[in-house]
Amino acid sequence: MNPEPVNAYLFRNARIIDPSRDTDFTGDLLIRDGIIAAAGQSLDVPQDARVLDLEGKWLVPGLLDMHVHLREPGEEYKETIESGTAAAVAGGFTAVACMPNTQPANDSAGITKFILEKARSSARARVYPIAAITVGQKGEQLTEFGDLLNAGAIAFSDDGLPVRNAAVMRHALEYARNFDALIISHSEELDLSRGGMMNEGLVSIILGLKGIPAAAEEIAVFRDIALAELTGGRIHIAHVSTKGSVEIIRQAKSRGVLVTAETAPHYFSLTEEAVLGYNTLAKMYPPLRTEEDRLAVIEGLADGTIDVIATDHAPHSVIEKECEFQMAANGIIGLETAIPLSLDLVRDGFISASQMIRCMSISPSRILDVPGGSLKYGNSADICIIDPEASFTLTRESLHSLSCNSPFLGKDLQGKAVLTLVDGRPVFDPMGLLLP
Amino acid sequence: MNRLAAQHILGISTLSPDEIRFILDTAESLKDILERPIKKVPPLRGKTVVHLFFEPSTRTRLSFELAAKRLSADTVSISSKASSVVKGETLIDTARNIEAMRPDVIVMRHPCSGTPHLLTKYVDSAVINAGDGINEHPSQALLDVFTVREHLGRIENLKIAILGDILHSRVAHSDILAFTKMGAEVVVSGPATMLPSRQSEVLGAKVFLNMEEALKDADVIIVLRIQKERQGKSFVPSAREYAMFFGLSPGKVKLAKSGALIMHPGPINRGIEMTPEVADGPYSVILDQVTNGVAIRMALLSLLLARA
Repeated sequence: MNPEPVNAYLFRNARIIDPSRDTDFTGDLLIRDGIIAAAGQSLDVPQDARVLDLEGKWLVPGLLDMHVHLREPGEEYKETIESGTAAAVAGGFTAVACMPNTQPANDSAGITKFILEKARSSARARVYPIAAITVGQKGEQLTEFGDLLNAGAIAFSDDGLPVRNAAVMRHALEYARNFDALIISHSEELDLSRGGMMNEGLVSIILGLKGIPAAAEEIAVFRDIALAELTGGRIHIAHVSTKGSVEIIRQAKSRGVLVTAETAPHYFSLTEEAVLGYNTLAKMYPPLRTEEDRLAVIEGLADGTIDVIATDHAPHSVIEKECEFQMAANGIIGLETAIPLSLDLVRDGFISASQMIRCMSISPSRILDVPGGSLKYGNSADICIIDPEASFTLTRESLHSLSCNSPFLGKDLQGKAVLTLVDGRPVFDPMGLLLP
Repeated sequence: MNRLAAQHILGISTLSPDEIRFILDTAESLKDILERPIKKVPPLRGKTVVHLFFEPSTRTRLSFELAAKRLSADTVSISSKASSVVKGETLIDTARNIEAMRPDVIVMRHPCSGTPHLLTKYVDSAVINAGDGINEHPSQALLDVFTVREHLGRIENLKIAILGDILHSRVAHSDILAFTKMGAEVVVSGPATMLPSRQSEVLGAKVFLNMEEALKDADVIIVLRIQKERQGKSFVPSAREYAMFFGLSPGKVKLAKSGALIMHPGPINRGIEMTPEVADGPYSVILDQVTNGVAIRMALLSLLLARA
């Protein structure tokens, strides 16, 4: 006779951080039938519950990464929905929003449905497709927002490319209002960035690499905020990397513009100096900037100007990175390094643990208007347990992503997810904490 | 110093002042071979030098090939389009294939900055950078320093003015580094579209928007070639305007010290970056640069192979 399946788990002695309810306390959390059933101090132990003593580890809402590239359909040699979500849960994320620059681009309900179908059959984490703003991401004709939303898309972006034509962006922001949909801006003034391979500055001169000035980002950030202000549409600024962008967003928020913003861990962890030696693993758009920009991004996170930490997880194969710097692809993977890199900010006293978790859970889920991001009673038990002290060395073997294009390879990092649950089911449990 | 510490010549940035001096001294001792009736000596017999050029070049390639032949090395030249990706072979595969044929030195020119550096990760041969993108052109800078030392007897405390497209010139980049390392004062001037934005200094060289200030009391004037593809674009309105405001004329030369050397890495756009009178004037050492180029490249080849 098989034993009764365990339907209830009681996590004891956890540091429970739930920014959605402004709580951060040491106590217990009970989940039952995939639902958060109770949280508090010294909960009674139900007879049928498995009990796990977390010894002070963090128990937080499952993290949501609102900016990843899963590469499926079309570039499955870089990543698939299965491998990308395996990387996600290993990084503590129970949900990811995937960008539409696949092959073909996610610009029609058919592709959105394909992604969701693949996710249902192979994903470890929840997958929220972001659809293209324009057909083929060509920046000309708007996609069918209504049909895409009905199919399951949760926002619109031409990420990877900016919407060059300001009138098209204006119409996107206006048309999105009929559906209360979010537009995500990849902010780049292409004429100014063309041919650029890294931040324009001292290091680009030393390396003889054409630079991309901060202004190429800031002009586009300003334009899209001005258009949001003009139209009343909701704009979210992706991957903020410069001091100027942070300031533009800060001012817009103080005027009451409907703008939100994200940055990626590499923009608060690294500077342009990471490119020295023609390191293609430090090549991305927007490029790594200066120390002054890095500190401004951190300040933006600390004062709430930047709402979200998203990874811009951008898998590329070895072929696309082990080559001439100019020809190397832009982007790095990020799902499996987001927790330790963000924890560095907490350890250094720039942000609180609660702020960090907010930026990676309730904040993106509110912006995208998707469930989750909270440990509220009755919610699905999407949970991440973090050991903030655990040290590890990032290696190719330790990664779950199909690609290993990370500038942190070989580096010692501190803090990681040790257990991830979706709907109360363990989807990442490398230590076998919940093995029967 | 009796041998180079550097295993490759990737740029001036990776050479010490002592190494630069050693290369210059070696070139000096090799230069007289070029004046002999039989211009060939045996030290590199049995050695193979592969010239791998992904960008059109006549004089640099000729100079490298002659340098190798004067020293009795076997030479092979391969010209290729940088986009060999089209053919399906990556640069790294090309490099590995060439390496499999056991050359001793690979001289590489490539339109992408940093590519010779990449090459060194995949081959055991010594690599000489013959120009990579807008990064460096070390042999050109070494021959420039050599030529100045030959004519003026020293580099220390000289004022070197470099004029033209500083931002997109690998010659400027390497020259600034080389002359500064050897103790000269380097100043640069040109259209602001061709200078780093809002920088008063670049790699140790002072930046002057005012050409007269840059030229004042200069011992050496290095004029850069203005790239055709930057004329008539938004970099400079026209070649004509460039010639009027940024070209070197006899009148402007007078601002420098009398007898100031006039140099140019070639090929010259006569009437644009300098007038013919200046190019052919008494203090022009442009053709000496070309001769010295062979001597410098002989020095580089023999020093790299002497390490082995």
